[in-house]
Amino acid sequence: MSSYDGKLVMMANQIGKFYAPQKQVEPVAAIATHIRKFWDPHMRAVIVAHLDQGGADLDEPVRQAVERLKQGA
Amino acid sequence: MSLVQEIDYGTPASKAGAQVTLTIDGQQVTVPAGTSIMRAAMDTGIKVPKLCATDSVDAFGSCRLCLVEIQGRAGTPASCTTPVAEGIVVSTQSERLKQIRKGVMELYISDHPLDCLTCAANGDCELQDMAGAVGLRDVRYGYDGASHTKQEKDESNPYFTFDPSKCIVCSRCVRACEEVQGTFALTIQGHGFDSKVSPGAFDDNFLSSECVSCGACVQACPTATLSEKSLIEIGQPEHSVVTTCAYCGVGCSFKAEMRGEELVRMVPYKDGKANRGHSCVKGRFAWGYAHHKERILKPMMRETIDQPWREVSWEDAIGRVASEFKRLQDKHGRLVIGGITSSRCTNEETYLVQKLIRGGFGNNNVDTCARVCHSPTGFGLSQAFGTSAGTQDFDSVEQSDVIIVIGANPTDAHPVFASRMKKRLRAGAKLIVIDPRRIDLVKSAHIKADYHLPLRPGTNAAMLNAIAHTIVTEGLANEKFVNEFCDRDAFAYWAEFIAQPQNSPENVGLMAGVDPALIRGAARLYATGGNGAIYYGLGVTEHSQGTTAVMGLANLAMLTGNIGRKGVGVNPLRGQNNVQGSCDMGSFPHELTGYRHISDDAMRGTFEALWGRKLDNEPGLRIPNMFDAAIEGTFKGLYVQGEDILQSDPNTAHVVRALASMECVVVQDLFLNETANYAHVFLPGSTFLEKDGTFTNAERRINRVRKVMTPKNGKADWEITLDIAKAMGFPMHYDHPSQIMDEIAALTPTFKDVSYELLEKVGSVQWPCNDKAPLGTPVMHIGGFVRGKGNFLITEYVPTDEKTGPRFPLLLTTGRILSQYNVGAQTRRTENVVWHDQDVLEIHPHDAEQRGVRDGDWVRLDSRAGSTSLRAQITDRVAPGVVYTTFHHPDTQANVITTDYSDWATNCPEYKVTAVQVSPSNGPSEWQREYNAQAEHSRRIVKVAAE
Repeated sequence: MSSYDGKLVMMANQIGKFYAPQKQVEPVAAIATHIRKFWDPHMRAVIVAHLDQGGADLDEPVRQAVERLKQGA
Repeated sequence: MSLVQEIDYGTPASKAGAQVTLTIDGQQVTVPAGTSIMRAAMDTGIKVPKLCATDSVDAFGSCRLCLVEIQGRAGTPASCTTPVAEGIVVSTQSERLKQIRKGVMELYISDHPLDCLTCAANGDCELQDMAGAVGLRDVRYGYDGASHTKQEKDESNPYFTFDPSKCIVCSRCVRACEEVQGTFALTIQGHGFDSKVSPGAFDDNFLSSECVSCGACVQACPTATLSEKSLIEIGQPEHSVVTTCAYCGVGCSFKAEMRGEELVRMVPYKDGKANRGHSCVKGRFAWGYAHHKERILKPMMRETIDQPWREVSWEDAIGRVASEFKRLQDKHGRLVIGGITSSRCTNEETYLVQKLIRGGFGNNNVDTCARVCHSPTGFGLSQAFGTSAGTQDFDSVEQSDVIIVIGANPTDAHPVFASRMKKRLRAGAKLIVIDPRRIDLVKSAHIKADYHLPLRPGTNAAMLNAIAHTIVTEGLANEKFVNEFCDRDAFAYWAEFIAQPQNSPENVGLMAGVDPALIRGAARLYATGGNGAIYYGLGVTEHSQGTTAVMGLANLAMLTGNIGRKGVGVNPLRGQNNVQGSCDMGSFPHELTGYRHISDDAMRGTFEALWGRKLDNEPGLRIPNMFDAAIEGTFKGLYVQGEDILQSDPNTAHVVRALASMECVVVQDLFLNETANYAHVFLPGSTFLEKDGTFTNAERRINRVRKVMTPKNGKADWEITLDIAKAMGFPMHYDHPSQIMDEIAALTPTFKDVSYELLEKVGSVQWPCNDKAPLGTPVMHIGGFVRGKGNFLITEYVPTDEKTGPRFPLLLTTGRILSQYNVGAQTRRTENVVWHDQDVLEIHPHDAEQRGVRDGDWVRLDSRAGSTSLRAQITDRVAPGVVYTTFHHPDTQANVITTDYSDWATNCPEYKVTAVQVSPSNGPSEWQREYNAQAEHSRRIVKVAAE
């Protein structure tokens, strides 16, 4: 994993840690929405590519959120 | 043009509602009960002679000039200390009063140097005016008796002199220091004839005393005793222009008093609604940078950063910017360039830069310095309340009963607002300080915090949860407010979370190093003490859980019903002068003006229609993302207006690497700042004195900035951006910044009714300013939240990844000091360096002793990111295990130490928590020596003959 990938994984997991305990929203959807709203397309492409290569170190709800990003949902 | 004259009513206004009618010199006047006779007289245009009275301080009644006669009452009471009463009949002139006043003036003048023609106050001296007003023609006592006229001046303060020979001991300066500033540095020493104004202790002068050089005493002085050195040197101003300070987010209004195009002095403007006539050392005095010898006035460029700079024409410089940016886009694609707007520039300039990037560069790679300070405020408050801004005006603090100050140091960073807060605290409001460091508000003259929670850096979110836990579990919540105004489901989920044992004060206190009893006490006080107001700063936002903590503050305010009226609210104290404005103006990569997401097709369409360009609907890169992308090789060109990212952003080595990776860095600034060491084109910027525009302060107040002199660099910053836009093939057409504001208003619902015409009429307005609120909105969320129902968000504490351990056992936190501003680019180029000429490391005596460090020693500061050296200051202001420094000096480079950990939602850097080690040192680190050599090499300039 490149250091850039690693940084994006860390950032995505941070987002996941906030949304995971929220009850008013569906965490996976909220994580995906946050990333879609605030990350530029290249960053999103890098994290999706990281998932395609196994998605090492992505926390579970974050992994699911990136999967949704990949599917454009 | 003429001087802006402000009426001195002699005593402060009464806030009473009841009205009283009386007769003064035959005229009927109706005023609020509690008004002094002096003020009531002035209301009708009758000037009662006075010397010891001025309307910025309470009446004192010592000079005996303002005596009046009241029908049916004995004697001649002082009109400044005598309140009006229904039906009384007052005479301000009579033969008896004339004789008394003349006698008083004779005594004053018999002990005053008769050097009016050569005095700096000639033409602006109240003593001189009063001598004229009472018809003084001779002094029967002569001038040969004992006097004070030979006393020596105190010239120690760099900005003003104290000449005791001219002092009439009216105590206006002493009272201003107490009542307006709240420092209590001045006193009257001695008795009777020996009475004199004295700064600090017995052998102090102004510089060595506790004086903070706010200028309140100078402002209050009725003679030339306290005079600005610039006034003494230049002479009396002949015209003045009201403008807005370009330092912190308080946004003080000043009169720039001029002789031609020369600035004589900056005088705080009484009608300024943010500062109400007060000032601090920066805004009042530290404007000398505008004509500092290091200011760059000609455009410059170079092929590579190891070459010297070459002065060039504006045409060449702008042409180079456009050709390089176009080349990079042609070669690598549309997304490889971007820009950074400035929180020091005007709203109009900021708006233009983001317009240039979105419309001219064709992408949304625009960000602003707010990224590294209050971006979590924008996101956090928008999620909870629906608006990305503070809820109150500054006047609100006058009605607060309990004030929480968390992660902010207002007496240093927002001093004028701090003075207003201290006034309220002296009047009885309670204070809770939540800060790892014992800031001045914890204990200073006549101020003592009821609770100080000295938490471990990085535990804000947990601490706020613990306070909320106490309020919920002890049944102190304002259920009526929650039920009426908040989302009940969200509250129910949140209440269940917050009541869990991990959020108890006992658990959090252990982790944060704070006595649980203090946490519970503070929570009870905030919940039950009346109007509770929260003021916070970067100590909240600059954490990996910065946004979570902002949401935690919002939760507290909603939980206790402390929102939606005067005296309460959640109030971010913004760092730079126009941080609020730069955010409002669409500087963030994901949103256009008024905080509307770029993906909103209908809204974006209104911009596209007006700008004549199709806009990208995807968010762009944030500043830290730009750095990462530059290092990755996918970001190659940057236009930076008025921000020194190399010194201000965290992990300097990382920023250096990013800047060095880019092919075209364009810096627009006043000076060759640290970022410019890695720039290829330098565009000289203009100061706030040299342009028109607006700033928006921390209370959402839009204030006019007015041009008082021709730009020394030849162009205002907005004109430079227009030139770049034209060269990039995206011409914009404005003749004056007012037209830019008209465009902003046309595109932004919260600014709909804002115009220069309105600002000329009413002075300033707080957004939202539109058809619903044509004169602006001082307090938000009255009768309901902007988003509908208030939203309680679950704020689970997640410890930062930045951990202490054997190698780095201490926690570093960073901050600011009163005399310096941000990276110091302006204030280091003023006399303010007499108070702070270097950054020092505050370390607790216990930690210092363990390391063999003595006060003043050089110490080496190491973190996982880098190393620097600076001098140690041993103090128990910081707790054991915590060290603190400021980031004002590039010689120290505090951000060499900070890491690139950042807030989960916004990427706001985690400046406030860095694991470090401190060890004795012999001097600057290797990094500092290499950096200074590079900087010196980079700043070489090849001068060219005049064109």
